[in-house]
Amino acid sequence: MFSKAVLEMIGVGILETLYMTIISSILAYILGLPLGILLVVTDKDGIAPLVILNRIVGVIVNILRSIPFVILLVALMPFTRIVVGTTLGPNALVVPLVIGSAPYIARLVESSLKEVDHGIIEAAQSMGASPRQIVFKVLIPEAMPSLIMGGAIAIITILSYSAMGGFVGAGGLGTIAINYGYYRYQVDMMLVTVIILVLIVQGFQELGGRLMRRSDKRL
Amino acid sequence: MAYQEPMIELIGLGKTFESKNSHVKALEDINLTIYEGEIFGIIGLSGAGKSTLVRCINYLERPTTGKVIFDKIDLSEVDDYELLRVRQSMGMIFQQFNLLMQRTALQNICFPLEIAGVSKKDAKKRAYELLEVVGLSDKAGAYPAQLSGGQKQRVAIARALATKPKVLLCDEATSALDPTTTRSILDLLKEINKNLGITVVVITHEMSVIEEICHRVAIIDASHIAEIGDVEEVFMRPKSKIAKQLVFSGANHIESFVGEDKCRIIFDGRTSFEPVIANMVLECRTPVNILFADTKDIDGKAFGQMVIQLPEDDISKKRIFAYLETNNIPHEEVI
Ligand SMILES: Nc1ncnc2c1ncn2[C@@H]1O[C@H](COP(=O)(O)OP(=O)(O)OP(=O)(O)O)[C@@H](O)[C@H]1O
Ligand SMILES: [Mg+2]
Repeated sequence: MFSKAVLEMIGVGILETLYMTIISSILAYILGLPLGILLVVTDKDGIAPLVILNRIVGVIVNILRSIPFVILLVALMPFTRIVVGTTLGPNALVVPLVIGSAPYIARLVESSLKEVDHGIIEAAQSMGASPRQIVFKVLIPEAMPSLIMGGAIAIITILSYSAMGGFVGAGGLGTIAINYGYYRYQVDMMLVTVIILVLIVQGFQELGGRLMRRSDKRL
Repeated sequence: MAYQEPMIELIGLGKTFESKNSHVKALEDINLTIYEGEIFGIIGLSGAGKSTLVRCINYLERPTTGKVIFDKIDLSEVDDYELLRVRQSMGMIFQQFNLLMQRTALQNICFPLEIAGVSKKDAKKRAYELLEVVGLSDKAGAYPAQLSGGQKQRVAIARALATKPKVLLCDEATSALDPTTTRSILDLLKEINKNLGITVVVITHEMSVIEEICHRVAIIDASHIAEIGDVEEVFMRPKSKIAKQLVFSGANHIESFVGEDKCRIIFDGRTSFEPVIANMVLECRTPVNILFADTKDIDGKAFGQMVIQLPEDDISKKRIFAYLETNNIPHEEVI
């Protein structure tokens, strides 16, 4: 049906997409996880309230989240050039992906951590746990199933953002879909890339669900 | 029992919750001394301020006025870091158990030890000991979701005891449990108090819990302490309105027998029940109407009270009082 060259191109596209998605997810979590923790801890009902800092971070997160990703992608190009040296290719797309998704991840983490029963936190406090110990020994482990599910959602979101990078020549399945499906009207190519994307999404969703169920001891 | 050393002293304690448009005085002018080795009860109706009071004791809630002195340390004077250490010598258990859901029973008990910097190996060893104390050695690897309410509370008790605290604070620890389980948990608390010498503070809204295990009790009503004393004393001779209400819970309807003369007969562990009334009826040759009767087992002794309706004529009435006097049966007229 497809020539070997085309199949090879699709293969590279898959790898590039996975590469961008995974690298971006890791980096976005390195930024987003502490931000999410900060939002929970410094909340006025948190374990170390710092209302002003909480407000400031909250506003920044909201502003970044309200910018559509395509616009962020273009707006960040000068910055991306400074960091990566180019605005083309998978590495260049990692920059806007991380900046665009970190605030989203911060909110996901925040909502997961807030699910932890306040009574459990109070019990830890009554035993003399410091805020730091509460974060690492109570909040994160207790919220782990929810954090894992949030992780799957974040990865899927980043994957779909990465496909938008096709418009700016980032590589990956998005570029294939746009170059062949959109510019050259090759519906079959479009279809194939879309199906592969759907399968990858399903895969991450399934994996997330499984890991979540395995980690959750509440039965 | 002789209590000498004060363990917890509350001096002029007050707590007001302030927010933009509300101002809740949860506690006001609380003065209270809890001695080493006793089981002290704090009882009151919902919203009276019991939880706030117990949370002030370990400074989970910072009092707005007054002082908390725990084991000779004025908590208002210790810094945040020191406070964490102080809390390690106060265990706390809760109505909702508050176990870590993602940890096994054993790991839950290890938790406060990890917090206190005890090595993993020593923590595990101690946790096994404590599981034994609470009778759950076979449940070390069970997660809270696999345990019953009573078992969860046992794990919570073991966890609270892990760091060898001097005080165990119990906020409605049995309120989510059925009567049989409640009794077994109360027995466990009693045992812990006796064998380990830990001072126990019990918060509850149920008089039966107080009767079951407490030595002394404070009754808290609308943010104030209404009455404080030995459980037997408060139970037999409640002075404040709220104390009477709590002691006679279930007997509130007595007040609705308006216009009738009533007499409350108190069984203080010396007298046995039925013969008293039966003999009185025989001797005084007058029938009495029993309006309310209740017996309790406090510290192994039988206590009880009975409210009887007195006969109309003065002679029979006098005869009854005379009988009670001569037989040394504590009683009082209820108006
Ligand atoms: N964090 C808070 N902010 C504002 N008001 C509070 C707060 N905590 C408690 N209160 C108020 O303080 C009063 C006493 O509450 P507390 O929880 O101590 O009562 P309680 O005696 O423990 O009642 P219950 O038996 O229902 O647990 C209540 O009026 C309650 O609304
Ligand atoms: Mg309460």
